[in-house]
Amino acid sequence: MRVELLFWEGCPSHPRALADLREAMKELGLDPDRIVVREVRTDADAGREHFVGSPTIRIDGVDVQPTDDEPLGLTCRVYHRRDGRISPTPDPADVHDALAAAARTATADNQPAA
Amino acid sequence: MTAIGERAPMFSLPDTASAVHEPGGAPATVVVFTCNHCPYALAWHERIVAVAHDYSGRGVRVLAINPNDAERYPGDSPQAMRARVEGGDFEGVPYLRDESQDVARAYDAKTTPDVFVLDANGLLRYRGAPDADYEDPEQNATFLRGALDAVLDGRDPDPAQTQPVGCSIKWKA
Repeated sequence: MRVELLFWEGCPSHPRALADLREAMKELGLDPDRIVVREVRTDADAGREHFVGSPTIRIDGVDVQPTDDEPLGLTCRVYHRRDGRISPTPDPADVHDALAAAARTATADNQPAA
Repeated sequence: MTAIGERAPMFSLPDTASAVHEPGGAPATVVVFTCNHCPYALAWHERIVAVAHDYSGRGVRVLAINPNDAERYPGDSPQAMRARVEGGDFEGVPYLRDESQDVARAYDAKTTPDVFVLDANGLLRYRGAPDADYEDPEQNATFLRGALDAVLDGRDPDPAQTQPVGCSIKWKA
């Protein structure tokens, strides 16, 4: 399972997002040191990475809170917590659930065929 | 950069209906740099509008200024600003466009939001965040309300300065 956190330095939210992500991985018995942290520096980088804002967390390439038609670019991303509040970081419960689902998929894929 | 106690920069900026606004003419004026797309600005927004409502009876004015480069960030365009105003997001708060970014530079604004409180004489009395935690609505813009209460009562705000927290202002290249 590949866990990535992409960030842009102009937005101060990535340390919090990384801490939440590390905590969720620990809760699920996953190694938080496997998180790949990558900085998106330029508009060209943002386009190449399909980066819609900082922070972005992807698990096996899938965004933990997929967006519809957000423009690509260097900006702070707007998330919605489960209680409806606007936040600069994804709801930790969403991160936890996305990781758990990916872990289940990975486990099922590694089961020997009957 | 204007220090606490010094005269704050004057400005004349248009709102979304092209009416021009200037600070002053009130026992206290709040100047808040904000925008449409920043999660910190959005998280604090209702608290700031509530301050405008709650202090209007004491004559306080709240002016919101969007200084972001709308070419690179179309979500901050005048059209997008107007849509929010027409949607009722800025009840009692003129939403001004700082197209040249000169006002943001004059105030040395760093983030959205970045809050400044001016007294009746135009002196800067508070600068910083609305309160200590964008995630906690119970904070209720405590820093800002405390600064306004102090200015209206003729006292020095305490704290007079806090660290602004939010998205960096999107300066033009």
